[in-house]
Amino acid sequence: MKGIGVSPGISIGKVFLKKEVNIDIKRKDIDNVEVEIDRLDENIDKSIKEIEYLYEYTLKEFGQKEAEIFNAHRLMLEDPEFIGRIKNNIKEEKINSEWAVKKATDEYVKILESLDNEYLKERVADVKDISTRLLKNLLGIKGVELSSLEDEYIIVSDDLTPSDTAQMRKDKVLGFVTEFGGRTSHTSIMARTLELPAIVGVKDITKKVRNEDIIIMDGNEGLVILNPSEEEIEKYKEKKNSYEKFKKDLNKLKGEKSISKDEIKVEIAANIGTPKDIDKVLEHDGEGVGLYRSEFLYMDRDKLPTEEEQFEAYRVVAEKLDGKPLVIRTLDVGGDKDLPYLNLPEEMNPFLGYRAIRLCLDRTDIFKIQLRAILKSSAYGNVKIMFPMISNIDELRKAKDILEEVKSELRSENIKFNEDIEVGIMVEIPSTAIQSDIFAKEVDFFSIGTNDLIQYTLAVDRGNQDISYLYSQYHPAVLRLIKMTIENGHKEGIWVGMCGEAAGDEKLIPILLGMGLDEFSMSASSMLMARWIIKNTSKVEMEEKVEKILTLGSPQEVEKYIDEKITSKI
Amino acid sequence: MYSENVTLKNEAGLHARPASLFVKEASKYSSEIKVVKDGKEYNAKSIMGILSMGAGMGDSIKIEAVGEDSEEAVKGLVELVNNKFGE
Repeated sequence: MKGIGVSPGISIGKVFLKKEVNIDIKRKDIDNVEVEIDRLDENIDKSIKEIEYLYEYTLKEFGQKEAEIFNAHRLMLEDPEFIGRIKNNIKEEKINSEWAVKKATDEYVKILESLDNEYLKERVADVKDISTRLLKNLLGIKGVELSSLEDEYIIVSDDLTPSDTAQMRKDKVLGFVTEFGGRTSHTSIMARTLELPAIVGVKDITKKVRNEDIIIMDGNEGLVILNPSEEEIEKYKEKKNSYEKFKKDLNKLKGEKSISKDEIKVEIAANIGTPKDIDKVLEHDGEGVGLYRSEFLYMDRDKLPTEEEQFEAYRVVAEKLDGKPLVIRTLDVGGDKDLPYLNLPEEMNPFLGYRAIRLCLDRTDIFKIQLRAILKSSAYGNVKIMFPMISNIDELRKAKDILEEVKSELRSENIKFNEDIEVGIMVEIPSTAIQSDIFAKEVDFFSIGTNDLIQYTLAVDRGNQDISYLYSQYHPAVLRLIKMTIENGHKEGIWVGMCGEAAGDEKLIPILLGMGLDEFSMSASSMLMARWIIKNTSKVEMEEKVEKILTLGSPQEVEKYIDEKITSKI
Repeated sequence: MYSENVTLKNEAGLHARPASLFVKEASKYSSEIKVVKDGKEYNAKSIMGILSMGAGMGDSIKIEAVGEDSEEAVKGLVELVNNKFGE
């Protein structure tokens, strides 16, 4: 069965099916309102005491961040509106507390579910959690608690609440599989904190398994295997062992430098889209941000972000990086990334059309606001500017002229910024790669954007499934362009990075090292793996292999050569 | 009555932790405090109310209070928002 793998790792084990105890709420009429309200207050107090305990326990066992949710739970049970609504129900309708709680809960759940915000929608789980706690106390029900697990289990459930995970005996849990939830639901966040595998969104799983059934779960792939065969169990045991050993080795690399066997130092950086991504980058010991996709600040909204909003989003990241480099790419929309509020014209060939720097040079009003925000943030960290989709030297010159205009505006307003801010370009269009010797004289760095470079070099739409077999980062023509770009950059003394998917490709990293790439920017979770590969590779040895690869004809030959002569040797 | 408008500048808006901090701060004052967004009113001392408001970064809200410490209350809350909830 397939779900969404939200926390990596593999587990094989028995199922503990955590089904919500069926709480049967019946409407009853009451005579004495005061007695009923006292009974409610008593049980609210009792529930608050339980939550206080969970807060303390979680604080001690997991930390402040994880405990914080119980602060919110407490506030919910003390909420004047919520409790007021329950009491009003009791007073006005002369009904029992249980029914009054259910009624008020349903109303709030409905409101929260109607909000157009994934995060808030998931807070529904919290409202239900406190309501269930209160109802259980009112009814005197004691459910099966995860704190009483005697053996090791994979927990299967509809969804897990903070109360569930807080009481769980961590040493007895092998992983979570749930029917509901998403990447930001409590189950997922907790699983990643505990470094347990987790898969959410597995349809009907609670109906398909029983307690004590054996299952295999692969959080990397989002895969659940019910009643596996002996062979499957053996296969996954091996997979699990090698995954865990590798993970341990990788974690040891935190704090180390990314230096090859023959002592060539490179930088392993991350690609990010929003300010909150930076925490993960630091957690995985990133040496910088090689690509900040600023377009995310412009998306999922109905108007352009203001200068102030952008400045904040850049400054926060710059400060958190504490001197490590931060490459901000200017607005890259158009193509597959539309901004409805700009009313961009529909095009026959959007990837070859009005996008990225082409749009910015036309809409200088938008461009200048962004450049102001980036420049202002440069006073708070090691910020660099990168222009996307440059195909012609005139575009670069125009963009730089506008940047100079904005700089002088800031100077006249006495606003601080880094006067020597580095300016670079994405090399993602073949014309620019071919002319990289010319471009290198007018920029401070290159970052090779392989996703588009492949698409434009091979004339293969990267979103078209029917021709996806033609899209390959191993195409020798693409590799030649990459090598040429790196060499031309180095001839002019500038650094050359890469921020496309290829930079995090385990097979290509040794080749790119051999070509002399200085900076590898990838998704945060791949960084330690990349460092491991770099540390186990010799640049000089790879230089020879690069020569050989560039004489090969097809992408398949290149991939085969890498598999046989490089990947298997590391 | 005393009121002020303020724009949410922190990334999480009035979700989760900021919402808790907001409600805790509001609960310190005796005044009745309301938050107005898009013409709708919410009780500033109610976590459920604040969450169901669904206010995110860049949203503008009005905080108004009635009572003895109304000015203090509004100023306290505005400061909390402007300080981005101490992030």
